[in-house]
Formats: sequence, structure tokens, C-alpha cells
Amino acid sequence: MPSVAVHTDVFEQLTRSVALANGMPTARQAYVPQPVVDRSAAQLRGYIEGTDPVSGRPFLREIVEGLTRPLDDADLSGLSFERATPRLLEPDSEDNLHAQFLENRWTDHLPVVLPTEERVEAMLRGTSRRPDEIVGTLRPTAYREFWEFTVEKVAVNAVMAGARPEYLPVILALAATGQTARSSSTNSFAVVSVVNGPIRKEIGMNDGIGAMGPYNHANATVGRAYNLASINLQGGSVPGDTYMGSVGNWYNYSATFAEAEERSPWRPFHVQRGFAPEESAASVFFGAWYTHAGYGPRETWQENFRRSLAGCEHHFPPLFVMDPICARGLVELGFDTKEKMIGWLSDNALLPAREYWDNQWVKTLIHPLAVAGVEPFATRLKAAPDEAVRIFEPSDINIVVAGGETQGAWKMIAGRHGEGGTVSVDDWR
Amino acid sequence: MSRSLTVHDPRGTPPGVTGERLAPRLRSLDGKTIYLVDCLFDNSDRFMGELLDWFGNNLPSVDARIVKPRESWVDDPDMRKRIENDGDGAILGVGL
Repeated sequence: MPSVAVHTDVFEQLTRSVALANGMPTARQAYVPQPVVDRSAAQLRGYIEGTDPVSGRPFLREIVEGLTRPLDDADLSGLSFERATPRLLEPDSEDNLHAQFLENRWTDHLPVVLPTEERVEAMLRGTSRRPDEIVGTLRPTAYREFWEFTVEKVAVNAVMAGARPEYLPVILALAATGQTARSSSTNSFAVVSVVNGPIRKEIGMNDGIGAMGPYNHANATVGRAYNLASINLQGGSVPGDTYMGSVGNWYNYSATFAEAEERSPWRPFHVQRGFAPEESAASVFFGAWYTHAGYGPRETWQENFRRSLAGCEHHFPPLFVMDPICARGLVELGFDTKEKMIGWLSDNALLPAREYWDNQWVKTLIHPLAVAGVEPFATRLKAAPDEAVRIFEPSDINIVVAGGETQGAWKMIAGRHGEGGTVSVDDWR
Repeated sequence: MSRSLTVHDPRGTPPGVTGERLAPRLRSLDGKTIYLVDCLFDNSDRFMGELLDWFGNNLPSVDARIVKPRESWVDDPDMRKRIENDGDGAILGVGL
């Protein structure tokens, strides 16, 4: 079936590289200016009757010729080729290798530790797994191809991040989730990861003062290793090609911490997910786009929580990180389980229907499901414009306890915990 | 002169690429059915509506029809089958 795909011009490089990776580098594509969202009918008509900003030719000529211009040899053959990455790079000086890593965008633009054979070998002593064992696959987004990676490749990125061998099982577990920490989404997503179980203490992770900040070697380098691995094991995180986050996200440097299990009044997160307390596990929360913060529970805590819940991006539920002081205060108010607290949060995550349905991602991703009758979205669609609709189900919301008890602080961070989002660390020891 | 180092390549392993030929093109659009596939991005329905109007006003011999997949970013075999059975070509778009 002859076809032409229409994109906005900022996606030119991305669309061409995706076409190449699918063996169709000459796929017919046409471009209009960015943005399409929020443009009026008259403005979109102007795009259609105007010039393709990439080719400089009339947009409609690109459309018509895309469907009718006869195929040439390149169109008929497509392009087949093998791709491979070497195990080792050509020997070079330290300075040149650092420059090579930077130029190839294999880093987070901070200095890295060069992964020499000796350092990688030492890192591999942190696991009983074979270096050539396949860990899994990663890709920047759903329409990209999966890249495969081994234990050794994860170890290479762990060395680059400055991690120690004893951290490797956690880094392998995070990579094995299959969840990239470097999504190419325009939404500037990142991943917050949480570690539970004995491994936290064994490797000296921080769940106290500054747990979410740069105050602990294990927290900092495990999170950094997960991000570097995501960049390199999925085929890159390059702006304009494999990264399109419009404003970017600091959580993409490093965002890993431990739950304060011993000081939490509630069950540890991994136990909620079916692991035994004596097992170690890592959990990934995808999003990390918004962060709200507050204190509590004070007298007006309900209003405070409701305001923040209503301010959450409507299609991205929160990971609620609470200092133990805050968590214990909520227990005193009767929320003696995380589940009870989550039930209250879900019941109070409310928006007028017209605001909920006006969100561009709710319209893109959820509205079609609502139209198709999928619950709970279909019920939300039936609501009158000013009627309050519940925007997050209990299964959407998660709570983790961490913090140094210097005050009753809390944060709500965009964090979707998908299926397979909690994995064993012990399997990678 | 500084010492030469041997270091690992940090990248994973990409899959091979298998070339795919493009589908044969149409000799002309006259009398053809062209599906305008609204990919469900916000406002793409408005864009496709304007494109439909353009065909109606400027190439009335083309039977242009808007079609939508069941869900965003998920393959819809029923929609593809409909286009294959009834259509001669497709224009897909558009975000963002």
C-alpha cells in the first residue's frame, strides 16, 4: 500500500533514522511546521497549503508525489546491513579516549572512569553471572528497535559511572527490568529507582538525610550507572534523534535511593510486591517529570494533598516519597497501612472533567480507550464538564518511605510502576 | 607521550537491518481511495479534517476518507485490513 507519513519538522532526523533502522531509508515522508497541538483549523490549513519546511517544496506536492512518484532502485531494494559494536576500542591515550567517549555521546557529559580491561574484570567479580550472559534488551521508545546486552556490557557502564563491584547486582537488576532510564519521549521522562532488602545495608545505601541527593556513593553511582547503561545499551540518547525531551530532566543524571524500611511504619515496597523481607529487590518508577513537595501532616494536610494531586500531570500518577515523620503522622491519623493511605489519595485525586479531558496526553492516550468503552476511562468520559472525576486509581499510586527525619517532608514525583517494575537483585548476585 | 590504554566499547548490540522495498506507487490519484490515518495525537483529527477538506475542494476525484486506529500507538489490524481492502493509498499523521 503506497503511503506517506506526515511529521512535524523537529522530528526529521528521528524519522529518517527510524526509517533507516527499518530498512526503508527512502520511505516517503512529508513535514509541516511544529507544533500541531493547539493550532487552529486556519493555521493547520496554512500548514497544508504552505511549504514543507524540510524540503522547501509545497507540502501538498510532497504528499501527491509521495503517493505517485515511480519507485527507483533504492526504493525497490531497501537497505540491508549488519550492525555490530566491538568488544574493545582501538588503544589510545587517556585524553583521546575521554574525548572519544564525549564526542560519541557515550557519557552524561560529566567525567567518566575509562572502562579498562582490568577495571571491567574487577567489576565483574561483583556477580556470579558469566560476562557473556545476555541480560536483556533496551530501546528508547516503543517504535525503536531493541538492542541486546550482556553482563559484561553492564559492567562496562558501571565502571564508567564510578560504581564498585558490590553494587553490580543492583545495576544488573535495574538494567534487567527492560525499562530505559533514557526515554526519547518529548516529555523529558526519567526513572526513579528504589532499592529494598538487605542489599541496601550491604552496599551502604542512604535512606536517611539527603537520600534523594548527592550524598552517598552507592546511591549516586548506581543511579548514574543505570542511566549510562540506558544510553549505551539501547543505541544512544542523542538530542534530535534518540532523545526528544523538550526541556530535559535533572533526574536523568542519577535518581536511585533506598527505602527506610526500619524507620517506616508500613510494609516495605518490595514486600507489597510479593517479595520476602529478607530478599533484595529494585523497583523502577517511570516518569519523574513533575515533582511536588510539602510538609505534614499538619491541620490542613488534606487540602494540601488534594491541591498537589490535582496538580499532577493527569496521565502520570505519583510516586509518593515520605519522610518517616510524615508517614508516622499519617498512621496517627488512622492510615495504618500504605493501602489505606493510597485509597484516600485515589479518592481525593479529583479534577473537573473538562480540565481532565483538556490535557493533551489524556486526549492522545486515554480518550480513545474511553471511546472504546474501557473502564475506568469510559465513566470519566460520561461526566458533565464541571463534575469531579477521579484521575488515579489505587493501583496507580505508590508510596515509599525515605528521609532523615529532619522534618516531615514529602514529595510527589511522576512515577508509573508498570508490570515487571520490581525485580530481584539476588538473582544477579 | 601518555601511555596507550585499551578500553571496552560501552554500547550494546544492535539488530541487523533487513531492507524492505516500498510498495508500488499509483500512476495518478484520479478515482483512487486514499485513507487519511488520524494517529490520535492531540489535534491530529483537526489536521486530517483540513486535509480532507483540501482533497474535497481541490482533487474531488479522490475519495479521501479519515480513519482512526482503535488506540494510540498500538497496531490496529482491523484498521489496516480495512485500508488494504478498500483503499489505494494512505497518508498518516501527525504529532505533535
